[in-house]
Amino acid sequence: MAAIRIENVTKKFGNFVAVDNVTLIVEDQEFMVLLGPSGCGKTTLLRAVAGLGMADSGRICIGDRDVTYLPPRKRGISMVFQSYAIFPHMNVYDNIAFGLKMNKFDKAEIDRRVREAAELLHIETMLDRYPSKLSGGQRQRVAVARAIAMKSQVLLMDEPLSNLDALLRLEMRAELKRLLAEIKATTIYVTHDQIEALSMGDRIAVMREGKILQCDHPTVVYDRPATDFVGGFIGNPPMNFLDAQVQRRDGAVEVAIGDFKLRPHPLMEPLLRGYDGKPIVIGIRAENMEALAAPADDALKVRVLVVEPLGAQNLLTVKIGANIVKVSTHPSFEVAPDQELWLRFPADKIRWVDRESGRVLYPELN
Amino acid sequence: MSVTGNIAAAPVQASEEMLRVRQRALLRHRIQRGFVYLLALALCLWVLAPIWFIASMALTTPATVRTFPKGVLPFIPFSFDTMQFFLTSQGIIPGLINSVVVALITLALSTVIAAPAGYAISRFLFPGRDFYRLSILAVRAFPVVILAIPLAVVFINVGIYDSVYSLALMHTALTLPTTILVIGSVFASIPYELEEAAQVYGCTPLQAFRSVVLPLVAPGIAASAIFTFVMSWNEVFAASILTVRNRTLPAQVLATLNQSSEPYQFAGAFFMMIPALIFIFLIRRYLFNMWGQISK
Repeated sequence: MAAIRIENVTKKFGNFVAVDNVTLIVEDQEFMVLLGPSGCGKTTLLRAVAGLGMADSGRICIGDRDVTYLPPRKRGISMVFQSYAIFPHMNVYDNIAFGLKMNKFDKAEIDRRVREAAELLHIETMLDRYPSKLSGGQRQRVAVARAIAMKSQVLLMDEPLSNLDALLRLEMRAELKRLLAEIKATTIYVTHDQIEALSMGDRIAVMREGKILQCDHPTVVYDRPATDFVGGFIGNPPMNFLDAQVQRRDGAVEVAIGDFKLRPHPLMEPLLRGYDGKPIVIGIRAENMEALAAPADDALKVRVLVVEPLGAQNLLTVKIGANIVKVSTHPSFEVAPDQELWLRFPADKIRWVDRESGRVLYPELN
Repeated sequence: MSVTGNIAAAPVQASEEMLRVRQRALLRHRIQRGFVYLLALALCLWVLAPIWFIASMALTTPATVRTFPKGVLPFIPFSFDTMQFFLTSQGIIPGLINSVVVALITLALSTVIAAPAGYAISRFLFPGRDFYRLSILAVRAFPVVILAIPLAVVFINVGIYDSVYSLALMHTALTLPTTILVIGSVFASIPYELEEAAQVYGCTPLQAFRSVVLPLVAPGIAASAIFTFVMSWNEVFAASILTVRNRTLPAQVLATLNQSSEPYQFAGAFFMMIPALIFIFLIRRYLFNMWGQISK
């Protein structure tokens, strides 16, 4: 059992607060992704768990051990570095065996584990090659093999795929996911690639400016973002945001986007009542809007600016008031730039964002 | 139309005029290349011609050296007589031994002191790091001419004057700045992540240094050590002032230069040059590394 408990950890560099009082619990054998833009503190947090940069305050526990002040070698962790950090003066075999040798395993056990790890990563034919003779993808495999040969209960990965080209990254992503499900280590995986996070993680912790904004399952983070930043950071294209105005009419709540009037979901009404007469922001994903070729009462008329055929979908760019909005449509939906079409907003797909705080409003949370 | 189609069609469509333009561009390119090669050749000659001349004079008979006009090998007789005459002259062999002793001590001291210093300035951000680096360079800016006389006085007062060991101390002081900066850049070329990886996989910081960093920097440090050796070997000013009877080879040659014959001078010059030549040949790959440009 090796759950990772990060409690109130803060790390500063001079006056810059890289990690700001973060608390995060990674369950045993869970795959946790730390996601965020560069400089958000995700790597700093990972390094604090690894022991490569001591936390200024707070506590880090792995399993039932408090490791806050332990050096990396005593924490029972493996790590894959962004630059791979495989040793150029050792061949692949010695690289994979390095941690085992340092921890004084006997020779037969080392040999068995090295071959097993190499096989899992399909590099068993390269064991006597030196890193300078390997491609980027192969080096990456060596780095992962070195980590899993340790059979540590905790595996830390710092943007392991960011140095690979797009196609290889796609391939390694699926392979890593399979591998990590197999070895059952508790994993913290740092990335700035939201697709990687969505596709691999059991849970995603979205970070910004040293704080965790939301930590939940990928589908939840995608569908029910906690803040406008999370909605805008995750998803391709990111979530659309529209300025709107809340008003009451005949006792019911109505939301105006320009001249267009929208009826919110009944569950949202009590919440939105508090915003009467105030502006609010509507968040909606590109694939959640219905595009209609003909006018309808409950649809908003827009003019298409750009059409981007992406194969599986057509991505339309339209302008609503001052907001640029991306709409995803089926390729069979024929549309040309400058054409008019009508958008319908399904009430259950709309996210309501408080304009001041950026928080998304959910009825059950209040 | 596809892009490849366009390229394939181009030669067919090329007119007479297009061809002429292309030929002219090609010609201009060749002339420019030729000019660069010519310049490189001239630079090489500038450096190599004197060396070749000195080598020719050193490796011929003393009689040939005295003739005028002088020729170069292979147009003059080859012989070790001149070298033999030089090496058997009075004070040369003791001078040679002194030089080697001084250079070896300098090499050892300088490397032992410079390696940790270089590691520190390349790895750690400590208060005063920039000032420390600047002050290292400042030592280099201090002329030996100004330093040597007061130093001789101090050496006499302390009672360590005219000794190869005290001269080695002086040489260490002279070579340290360069050695520290060179070794620093060697360490800087080893990613710190390698050390961190070693620490994650079970090493103490010291073990990480020994099993990962040391094997990687060893060739670079060896190069800088040889460089230190050659700097000490060639140093003549401090050597002349700080020693009287225990002269190093350059100091000995310099001291007797006025009264010595032409064969002696040429042979001496050639002999002094050899270590530097061997050094450059051995570490030419690392020379680029030294100045911060990392080549694989």
